[in-house]
Amino acid sequence: MIYRRKSSPSLWEEMDKLQRDMNRMFDSTLMNRLSDRPLNSHDFPAMNVWTKADAGQVITAEIPGMNVDDLDIKVVGETLTISGSRQAPVDDENIRYHRQERGYGSFTRTIQLPFPIDVDKVEANYEKGVLKIWLPRAESDKPRKITVKAI
Amino acid sequence: MTEQLSNPETQKQEIIEQEQTERTKESRMYVPRVDIYESDEAIHILADIPGADENSIDITLEKNVLTIEAEVQAEKPQDYSLMYAEYGIGGFRRKFNLSNEIDQEKIVAEVKDGVLKLVLPKSEKVTQKISVKAAKE
Repeated sequence: MIYRRKSSPSLWEEMDKLQRDMNRMFDSTLMNRLSDRPLNSHDFPAMNVWTKADAGQVITAEIPGMNVDDLDIKVVGETLTISGSRQAPVDDENIRYHRQERGYGSFTRTIQLPFPIDVDKVEANYEKGVLKIWLPRAESDKPRKITVKAI
Repeated sequence: MTEQLSNPETQKQEIIEQEQTERTKESRMYVPRVDIYESDEAIHILADIPGADENSIDITLEKNVLTIEAEVQAEKPQDYSLMYAEYGIGGFRRKFNLSNEIDQEKIVAEVKDGVLKLVLPKSEKVTQKISVKAAKE
């Protein structure tokens, strides 16, 4: 779930980090093995949300090692859904795993956008393992400027 | 192999400097997640380093210690400001101890879509085994 804030980014980041650390403390006892656990579909991929006054938003997500064809981005109304699957690593009888920390499998993430977007102008690119989605705000939703006339 | 991952989260793990040395730059560093597997011919390392490319990755080998270091430039969408962050942006670093059975001259590294792939071929020199005899009294 994406929510908005207005405070300074650094302070927020610290708060966020603290919260994650707390979550980690409580979670670690329950799932302390990464190897057997596919990607947690609820919180993957982690997203950063960028905004520009009335222009809209840009969402970035780190999803390394994806095949672009396996990525699916959908926008319905004010809801954005990113889904896809990361291919399982090599499975061969002749290899032995020493470590397996990278997740794989399918994931879906849905977020609520704060405004309707211009669906035709949504753009996405995938570079160096980072997905970037441009979500321009719908023209009809943009605030109108009201000129004040001097009498 | 060094630097155990302590938390199996989907979140990136930030490096906390445990030794005396610190980085001079104030950017963040993370521990990349890796898969390591061994085949008959080689040891393969796959590391997730989103945001890094072939020009920003630095792989060094010194005294059997393989260091993977990747710089990541924080690319801001122009004129946009960060409103909400679930992940931090920063470089990656991780070190591994290699055994002597690796042919250190023939290590191959390639990167694609933020995943670094290292192939460490095993050396043909077979380690000499010393058989232990039972001592007679």
